[in-house]
Amino acid sequence: MSTENLTRLKSADDLEAMKNEALPKIAIRKDPSAPLHGGVTHHIMICCDTGCASSGARKIVDAFEADLKEKGLDKTVDVVVIGCHGFCEMGPLIVVYPDDVYYVHLKPEDIPEIVEETVRGGRPVERFLYHDRETLKPIVHYKEIEFYARQKRILLTNCGHINPESVTEYIANDGYKALAKALSQKDNTDALLEEVKKSGLRGRGGGGFPTGRKWELCRNAPGDKKYIICNADEGDPGAFMDRSLMEGDPHRLLEGMIIGGLIIGADEGYIYCRAEYPYAIRRLRIAIAQAEALGLLGNDILGSGWSFHLHIKEGAGAFVCGEETALIHSIEGKRGMPTARPPFPAISGLWEKPTNNNNVETWANIPGIIRNGGDWYASFGTQGSKGTKVFALTGKVRNTGLAEVPMGITMREVIFNIAGGIQNDKKFKAVQIGGPSGGCLPESMIDRPVDYESLIDAGAMMGSGGLVVVDEDTCMVDLARFFLSFTRDESCGKCTPCREGSTRMLNILTAICQGKGKPGDIELLEELARNIKLSSLCGLGQTCPNPILSTIRYFRHEYEAHIYEKKCPAGQCVDLMTYWIDTEKCIGCGACKKICPVSAIDGNKKEPHVIDVMKCIKCGSCIEACKKAHAISRK
Amino acid sequence: MGSTSPTGQNVDLARLDAVFDKYKDMAKGSLIPVLQAAQDTYGYLPIKALDAIAKQLAIPISQIYGVVTFYAQFRLSPRGKHIIRSCQGTACHVRNSARILESLKTALGIAPGGTTEDLQFTLETVACIGCCSLAPVMMIDTDAHGRLRPDRVPKILDSYSN
Amino acid sequence: MSKNVTVTIDSQKVTVPAGVTVWGAARKLGINIPTLCHHFDVKPYSGCRVCLVEVKGGRALAAACSFPVSDGLEIYTNTPKVREARRLVVELLLANHPHDCLTCDRNQNCELQRLALDLGVKEIRFEKSKPTWEIDRTSPSLVRDPNKCVLCGRCVRFCSDKQTCAVYTFANRGFSSIVTPAFGKGLGEVACTLCGQCSTICPVGAITVKDDTEAVLKAIDDPEKIVIVQTAPSVRVALGELFGQAPGSIVTGKMVAGLKRVGFDRVLDTNFTADVTIMEEATEFLHRLGSPDKGKMPMITSCSPGWINFMEMFYPDLVEHHSTCKSPQQIFGALVKTFYAEREKIDPARIVSVSIMPCTAKKFECTRPEMNASGYQDVDYVLTTRELGKLFKSCGVSFDDIKPEAYDPVMGIGTGAGTIFGNTGGVMEAALRTAYEVVTKKTLPALELTAVRGMAGLREAEIDLDGTKIKVAIAHGLGNARKVMEAIKAGNPNNWHFIEVMACPGGCISGGGQPIAHDINYRAKRTAGLYEDDRQLQFRKSHENPEVKALYAEYLKEPGGHMSHKLLHTTFHNAHMDLFTVLES
Repeated sequence: MSTENLTRLKSADDLEAMKNEALPKIAIRKDPSAPLHGGVTHHIMICCDTGCASSGARKIVDAFEADLKEKGLDKTVDVVVIGCHGFCEMGPLIVVYPDDVYYVHLKPEDIPEIVEETVRGGRPVERFLYHDRETLKPIVHYKEIEFYARQKRILLTNCGHINPESVTEYIANDGYKALAKALSQKDNTDALLEEVKKSGLRGRGGGGFPTGRKWELCRNAPGDKKYIICNADEGDPGAFMDRSLMEGDPHRLLEGMIIGGLIIGADEGYIYCRAEYPYAIRRLRIAIAQAEALGLLGNDILGSGWSFHLHIKEGAGAFVCGEETALIHSIEGKRGMPTARPPFPAISGLWEKPTNNNNVETWANIPGIIRNGGDWYASFGTQGSKGTKVFALTGKVRNTGLAEVPMGITMREVIFNIAGGIQNDKKFKAVQIGGPSGGCLPESMIDRPVDYESLIDAGAMMGSGGLVVVDEDTCMVDLARFFLSFTRDESCGKCTPCREGSTRMLNILTAICQGKGKPGDIELLEELARNIKLSSLCGLGQTCPNPILSTIRYFRHEYEAHIYEKKCPAGQCVDLMTYWIDTEKCIGCGACKKICPVSAIDGNKKEPHVIDVMKCIKCGSCIEACKKAHAISRK
Repeated sequence: MGSTSPTGQNVDLARLDAVFDKYKDMAKGSLIPVLQAAQDTYGYLPIKALDAIAKQLAIPISQIYGVVTFYAQFRLSPRGKHIIRSCQGTACHVRNSARILESLKTALGIAPGGTTEDLQFTLETVACIGCCSLAPVMMIDTDAHGRLRPDRVPKILDSYSN
Repeated sequence: MSKNVTVTIDSQKVTVPAGVTVWGAARKLGINIPTLCHHFDVKPYSGCRVCLVEVKGGRALAAACSFPVSDGLEIYTNTPKVREARRLVVELLLANHPHDCLTCDRNQNCELQRLALDLGVKEIRFEKSKPTWEIDRTSPSLVRDPNKCVLCGRCVRFCSDKQTCAVYTFANRGFSSIVTPAFGKGLGEVACTLCGQCSTICPVGAITVKDDTEAVLKAIDDPEKIVIVQTAPSVRVALGELFGQAPGSIVTGKMVAGLKRVGFDRVLDTNFTADVTIMEEATEFLHRLGSPDKGKMPMITSCSPGWINFMEMFYPDLVEHHSTCKSPQQIFGALVKTFYAEREKIDPARIVSVSIMPCTAKKFECTRPEMNASGYQDVDYVLTTRELGKLFKSCGVSFDDIKPEAYDPVMGIGTGAGTIFGNTGGVMEAALRTAYEVVTKKTLPALELTAVRGMAGLREAEIDLDGTKIKVAIAHGLGNARKVMEAIKAGNPNNWHFIEVMACPGGCISGGGQPIAHDINYRAKRTAGLYEDDRQLQFRKSHENPEVKALYAEYLKEPGGHMSHKLLHTTFHNAHMDLFTVLES
């Protein structure tokens, strides 16, 4: 828990006073010439988001603390643990203020040198800097790196720049100012709703329903008791935007929800967060305690007389709970099985009360919209898709990480400029957008602008923002099979098309990958997919055929190669491969024969060896063992 | 679905009092948090504890069973501190993984799927862990142990016992 | 709430109250939308996706069973999209369903089979799944084959929502989902009252009734055995449905004739012992009313064995409120091997006593160890109405053609009061007809006590017994029974004196052993059949039954007397089970 001493704020003026008091503490991060506060000369910002933590960021924190103490600098240099800075590929990474020096890929043993050179000497250490891939020149300031320079950060402004466990730092960065503004108009929430509508913000969880209109439905629903919910059950493989937001800037989510409660007329809210996000849950708990201590949450918020309470519910491991009716049942303590709509949650949701549910990114956009106005937000993006979108960049790209871009940017720019293109000089093949519910786009489609409609038109969907980029070595049939095995395992089992149909589609895909595909399988898959989309009860079932439909649409030839030629063009499907020894190259060393676990290789010393394909289990051990001659290959 | 707690397992229901106390004000929807807390307490969800939860929250036991089996997080039998996965893939099979599994069973006194009385080890089998050239193989937690011989198994297990 | 809305279905306009589902509105237009998980007795579930329709403007298809109509809605129920989707859903279900239809208990009475036929599913293009679950035979009444389960959840909803017993739950998820009692236990290992409603609401053969027809035929074929059969009141207004007759058709004579053709040695009537029950129960009630030390008040009827199981499991502390009277079936059993055997000079050891019942819990009731007052097991076999239908068919009884016959004498005459035991409110009405005349020594001014009739789940009435006001309550369905028990626990605020409880909604006419109903009004129709039977009978009050009078004169001496207590009364147990517990394995 934070050590901050918090006294209850009784008015907007109190909040303003707190901000003014806090500003000098972080001034050196914004202005290198700012006067020192409390004698602190440097802030060392260390990303400890789950991603960086897994590459050893905690040890960097320890190393700094130990070294600073040893050098007697621990009173004048602040080590600040921050949330996701975005460029996960480069972790562990730090920023040293006031000089704004950005270091990447650090190891604990590097730290004394940084303290000596950068903190004491005011000089950057070149070998820890980021080096541009093309020019190979070191770059000192992260903002100049293409990964950051091409982004438009209006939501992630604090993420990676403040201590997420300090409400003071949030308030110093205009935190809760939007709430104070909203409360000043609490008797005219129509105007506030109008701003949300004007912003053009659409649900960031996947569906893209206009947020203002959604709120209006719940707001107008009959009933005194209403709930709001934040869906933080981000379960798509390859998506971590919401986690990073919660870990990096938790108060922004809280502020968005409190304002939402005010506009909608709800006095209670839930954040439903998956249990696999322990840091996020920890940070949210701290943030809630701080907001309550400050009177920004709970009874009589900022002395306005209006009250709002917020609870955290930990999920228990079910992807389908990202579906809003399933999520509601899960909060109620039931099996997370969706129910048919209507009635919509806006009319009858949690405990049959009007309920509004949005995801983390949607809620977190609200403070900015209220503070700067709907027009400001609508100035970013395209005609139909306003604002920015945060994407998680993963797969075979060089720069994995988190990127916020304006709507309407092309996918090519995201993949080749921000994400740096494909690793190991391989060829781009496709990008899967929207996880198991989304679809893939081939090269021919990535010059389209990124917005809700054009993605759906292309057979994909915005989804929550996971981008998985695959290269020429990825088999698209196998990719579809992977996503189907995920949805099959996560189907709740309530409706027939999803429960039975996803299993049948998976069985067919598995057979195709094993070389047991039959003529007619593609057509049967298409029939199943078309009908499952139309007839499933909830979004999970209705979207689970998308990976199949889009891979068939763009990579039908790969399916056909598997079925008719029994070949996997990407060379990924084990059952369609054969191993063979090039007798010209083989020197008869016997290494392969020795390592083969099933004795499928035979041959005399110093003579070419052969593989018995009937015995071979395609484990790949022989290729690894053939170090001298490189005589074994698979096809 | 497996159903019962291991024999001789005494479930101290008094330990649930703290859980019930913590959630007593949460009138509605406390089932999942209570189950999560109970699992933190016991390491799994013993039937007797579920029974007590059913009575305390006045929720039919069948519905609780439905909830427990729906969510991936919940376990109806205890798992060991260390998870052993004995590979039964083709390569391991032809290199006599069956004998490795036998020696694991003998050394631990449990069958696949089971957990030792002292909750040190859970034994599972796995289809293939991709270490075929080291066959026969087993994984203990995240460590792969290859080129196994039945006589080496007890010594490896010893290195995990404390 | 009675706002009307107008919607267009398949280009026809229809006006219905707001809140009605698309399915309901379509029926008004004569459009049949197929369903599987939906059943008129439970809340919509929208799971099976057989009832899909196109809603104009909707992205996906909608489930007609739950989709509420709203003004201006435009719906299409018969488009290529709809037909293809429905057919594929059924094909998917069939791919994961055993294909042993020819030997299935529900062959030709299976909703999945019907759907496959009606929707024209002609091939299954997917690899068939193999059965993986063990058949559960632990219950004394019911057999559960999870391999046949289509996961419609009707049993789950009925058992939890209507019966408040929550025996079943969905477990696991996705393709591994099953419907099961807690921890995968058998039905016989959990707090199941054996009401058997799940077996009548199951659309397929996943929950069926334990079949005892072979054992009965074996007894009939044994020349050493005298096989005597009794038929429960409600069977006579439901059996006809198995032979194409409308619900509520009174087929008593054909049933009796059929039983004789099958080879039963004597065919007698449970209505007779229903009358005896009234003699005993009315006497017991008047005793308790007069002196509270004679037994706990309010007194509750005890002729529904599912209800008795419920009471013993969930309210063991309140079992003393039960009338100690046995059920008509068991009174019959006790008398047939004593009084009847003596009178007819038959060695009771040779008697095999069979009952035809609407009820699945009766199969357990007859095996209770205390049900051997005669020195033998009083009732040896219980066959349900559905089993009787099968017995007739397998024995070549041509129901359409067979001429009605009368019950055999002695224990073959029942009154109208006895016959209405088969519907909710009937036991109360029968008891009051007798109690009134015993207490007041006057003839009832109006025989038909409409105050206790009806279908409301929990009804109350006040009867004036010549100055003494009697407050009665009638509950049917175990959910309503639970409300009654909670009220008694709370000190009986409405001051009820006498309560009738039936485990099954509607009473025995819709018992767990009755024909599977397809008519939404089947309860009302079968009930009307029994009231009609009551009107047609010569005697309509239990104490006026000449055979009952003779029984008391010759054998029992007086109601509530020594012999009665020996043969006709019983005790109840604390079964120590509730919703929250499972048996230790």
